[in-house]
Amino acid sequence: MNVTAGAVPATDIRVRVRRWLKPVVFVACLLPLAWLAVRAAEGGLGANPIEATIRYLGDWALRFIVIALAVTPARLLTGLNEIGRLRRMVGLFAFAYVTLHVMGYVGLDQFFNWAAIGKDIVKRVYIMFGMAALTMLVPLAITSTDAMARRLGGARWRRLHLLVYPAAIAGVIHYFEMIKAGFMQPLIYGLILAALFGVRLYKKWR
Amino acid sequence: MLIRQKKSSDAASHEITPEHVYVNRRQFIEASGLIAGGLLASGMASPAAAALMPKEGKFQGVKEGYHKLGAKDKQTPFEAVTSYNNFYEFGLDKEDPAANAGAFKPLPWQVKVDGLCANPGTLNFDDFLKPHTLEDRVYRHRCVEAWSMVIPWVGIPLAELVKRFEPQGSAKYVAFETVMRPAEMPGQRNAQILPWPYVEGLRLDEAMNPLAMLAVGIYGVPLPNQNGAPLRLVTPWKYGFKGIKSIVRMTFTERQPKNTWNVSNGREYGFFANVNPKVDHPRWSQATERRIGDFFRRETLMFNGYEEEVGQLYAGMDLAKNY
Repeated sequence: MNVTAGAVPATDIRVRVRRWLKPVVFVACLLPLAWLAVRAAEGGLGANPIEATIRYLGDWALRFIVIALAVTPARLLTGLNEIGRLRRMVGLFAFAYVTLHVMGYVGLDQFFNWAAIGKDIVKRVYIMFGMAALTMLVPLAITSTDAMARRLGGARWRRLHLLVYPAAIAGVIHYFEMIKAGFMQPLIYGLILAALFGVRLYKKWR
Repeated sequence: MLIRQKKSSDAASHEITPEHVYVNRRQFIEASGLIAGGLLASGMASPAAAALMPKEGKFQGVKEGYHKLGAKDKQTPFEAVTSYNNFYEFGLDKEDPAANAGAFKPLPWQVKVDGLCANPGTLNFDDFLKPHTLEDRVYRHRCVEAWSMVIPWVGIPLAELVKRFEPQGSAKYVAFETVMRPAEMPGQRNAQILPWPYVEGLRLDEAMNPLAMLAVGIYGVPLPNQNGAPLRLVTPWKYGFKGIKSIVRMTFTERQPKNTWNVSNGREYGFFANVNPKVDHPRWSQATERRIGDFFRRETLMFNGYEEEVGQLYAGMDLAKNY
């Protein structure tokens, strides 16, 4: 490390972080999508590219939900308030990946066969939970703007956005119900969610 | 979870197999019998026709077998057949078997034949194959996950093997078992995945059906490890999970074998596992399937399109209950 680095005033670093944090994270959030596009262009999605695409988007949808939910605990644990500014953006990326995942199912897997999709939603537990998660996330995305937050008022907005918790749990159940055997992956997501809830509760009650 | 339960009155036998097909079933049986008989005779006359694993490259002396396909059935490329597999002994993802099966040693191999039969024993793989003549057969392959392929297999009619070991009158089923080698099969180190070793079985009349075969190869070459080397079951009218891989044991038995997926999750996987577009898996519809390589789904056919050949096996059975 450069010795002069320590000489830079703390406020200066703050300003730089403030300026660069959001653009850098924004680009980082696009990387999984870019990677999917590269693999698709190379024909690198295997023998069943439709399934591979939907699974990949679903994996990232769940990861982004977890990352969005981790923003506040990370801020509370580190005391770095700058991180809090990322919450809305990461949350909206989570919604974007969820939407792409569902579009993959509707448009690629079922090719807009609404009758089959309707039957799936009613009959298949994992699709029911997946659609429930999507449904809960839609109002959160719609009310994500400053204007909407003002219109709703802070307390009501916060209450509405508590929906992210049942949405995240529904997402994990969706994953768990989809898998045939070997439940390690959804279990890990469930444990991470539980840990994140735990941090919030601990900080709140302490 | 929802399981569509049809009443027994819903599946009358005439729905399962049209009468004219049932009446004409002997044509198929006789035809295959003639072929099998002819092959056996020629096999005896010329020892070169004995089924043997090739040192390298393709199998020799392979006879042309069943090739009946639909107009929309094109063979799935070798690359796809060998890179997209469900073989949980090597991992849960479709790419895992191809990635993790490299350390598996399919040869030397032995098959133990036991249970209610006149000729039990443990046979070296060459001795297991030698009395038979290999056949090329092209079958549709339908996975319970609603994807499908068309695969050219190399193998032996299962009926020939059953006859050779002479099951006793009391034998009603034949059970198969996969090799147990946790050192070479990473999935087997995790008992949470499935209760190992993998077990499958057929009713004896199913095993005697001319379509049932034990495969040793695809596309003319020995089975790659990820496809179940060196010996696997192929029953094209059933979902793929019936096609037990890397078989080391064949047991004739009075009782219905406890097949692994049925033991693991009996509400979703039955013993028969016949392809049936009308009986949904609790978690997905079986009405349509995606043929690997296609964009659009296609209708799934009753018994995967082999109703003529196998429908009579299930005449009178309620296929919604016996799924």
